[in-house]
Amino acid sequence: MARAVSNREKTVTTIVAWTLGILMFFPILWIAILSLKTEVDAIRGPIEVLTSGWTTESYGAVQARSDYFKHFTNSVVIALGSTLLGLLIAVPAAWAMAFVPAKRTKNVLMWMLSTKMLPPVGVLIPIYLIFRDTGLLDTRTGLVIVLMLINLPIIIWMLYTYFREIPGEILEAARMDGASLRKEVLYVLTPMAVPGIASTVLLNVILAWNEAFWTLNLTASKAAPLTAFIASYSSPEGLFYAKLSAASVMAIAPILIIGWFSQKQLVRGLTFGAVK
Amino acid sequence: MGRITLEQVTKSFGEVDVIRPLDLSIEDGEFVVFVGPSGCGKSTLLRLIAGLEDVSSGRIEIDGQDATELPPAKRGLAMVFQSYALYPHMSVRKNIAFPLRMAKMDKAEQDRKVEQAAAVLNLGDYLDRRPGQLSGGQRQRVAIGRAIVREPAAFLFDEPLSNLDAALRVGMRLEISELHKRLTTTMVYVTHDQVEAMTMADKIVVLRAGNIEQVGSPLDLYRRPLNEFVAGFIGSPKMNLLKGAEAAKDNAATIGIRPEHIGISSDGGEWAGKVGVSEHLGSDTFFHVHCDGMAEPITVRSGGEVDFHRGDQVYLTPDPAQLHRFDDKGLRIE
Repeated sequence: MARAVSNREKTVTTIVAWTLGILMFFPILWIAILSLKTEVDAIRGPIEVLTSGWTTESYGAVQARSDYFKHFTNSVVIALGSTLLGLLIAVPAAWAMAFVPAKRTKNVLMWMLSTKMLPPVGVLIPIYLIFRDTGLLDTRTGLVIVLMLINLPIIIWMLYTYFREIPGEILEAARMDGASLRKEVLYVLTPMAVPGIASTVLLNVILAWNEAFWTLNLTASKAAPLTAFIASYSSPEGLFYAKLSAASVMAIAPILIIGWFSQKQLVRGLTFGAVK
Repeated sequence: MGRITLEQVTKSFGEVDVIRPLDLSIEDGEFVVFVGPSGCGKSTLLRLIAGLEDVSSGRIEIDGQDATELPPAKRGLAMVFQSYALYPHMSVRKNIAFPLRMAKMDKAEQDRKVEQAAAVLNLGDYLDRRPGQLSGGQRQRVAIGRAIVREPAAFLFDEPLSNLDAALRVGMRLEISELHKRLTTTMVYVTHDQVEAMTMADKIVVLRAGNIEQVGSPLDLYRRPLNEFVAGFIGSPKMNLLKGAEAAKDNAATIGIRPEHIGISSDGGEWAGKVGVSEHLGSDTFFHVHCDGMAEPITVRSGGEVDFHRGDQVYLTPDPAQLHRFDDKGLRIE
């Protein structure tokens, strides 16, 4: 039986939800507003910011000063590259752990997750040195590898959860029907896991797109993605709020749009297995 | 051809022996049913034959060839699962054609075989639907269709009817029996339902705790159970098993008498007792009679028109020709 919810309760929850939503979204909204002001207006008090005139001059300035398209391309290559490379490794790993689990499979999964608990800065120096010695500094390849490694535990965990939901009997049926392991994964497991794989890809593209620690520390100019593009507008002196805001909007717009159109898929991915 | 032989096959999961050393031969064209209570190892035995589990020791031969180490795909067997295990992302047509596609059969030939199987199983109208849009019975037919098209050496059924409702189960039981008559291919069928076993099998294999208790035709098992377990498992309602003084009179540790081999009357007979619960099925009535000096009530089967009520004094007379005697190890005494 559904629980009875009074109208008053509904109103209260609606107000609370909207307040929280607006609070969380407010910084992004404020950035968007600042990006449409002159530098002088952008540093004034909130009332003046809202009442002053609107302009797109910051966007023009950002466009003129730096190559948005280069950074954008780097971001796309790094985000997609690290996710796809991660999938290539994670699909077989998750398959093995979900369908032929061993005694210590749970421990392996926990160990993978534990790597996410280490502060990244703890391994910055060794990774930096390795990158320097192997010539991977400021290369897309280097960033693809490092971001893939950073996100691999999450990719494996998500796929593992999805695969666990697929009944083993269906894979056994495929085996009885003469499918080799490769065909079993290709024709039966993967198509059945498409929704799961899609939300995994989506989430990891977003994580990789927004990743700032490694992208800022391991790049200079050639492989710098949009995070570096934003950071380049922050400076210790002069007025830069409006241009910084404009750069931020340009950097997050693509991923915001993708996220908006795929929110159903994303929510399903993050709550999969919780409800049937 | 589909002759399957098991020699000294065992299976253990860690410390647990699920299948004890076991020999069994299944002849070409036979309908063999593995039956037993849950946990007796019947599904494991089927999965060993299928190759979905590896034997711990022993040898499996299919058509005279050693198949012990062969992967499932190479054994030439087809399996129908309890959950149907259809591919949810494929249409019925693609589901049925899947094994043919894996065998790289040419497209026209695939289509012909699928149409043929669909006609046999009345699936013609559903070929373009997804499994999710079918009823339980239809899904079961698709699973059978997917097995048929391969023309396997033998069919393996793992409790295929247990997800269906009672009426549909009876219907599918007949369909599978008819399919067997028509294809004359070996079928190995696992169930915990002794009615399915009795009605479908040429040969029943009764399993308990990883051991074969008895192998024989349904009527063999009914008429000459080799031990108390088989006596109690085969037949519905269950055989009455009596110990103590009554058994001692017949020089046995236990005697068994089926409910249908006991006469009931109000005038006089061998055992006096009072009627407890009675179950009226229309055609039959089962009386549970509490006899003087016996621990367990005795079940008696009589015609639907016989009318006794709770608490009535009745007398039971077992048919001496139908009495089964067992020794203190539970084995049959001839």
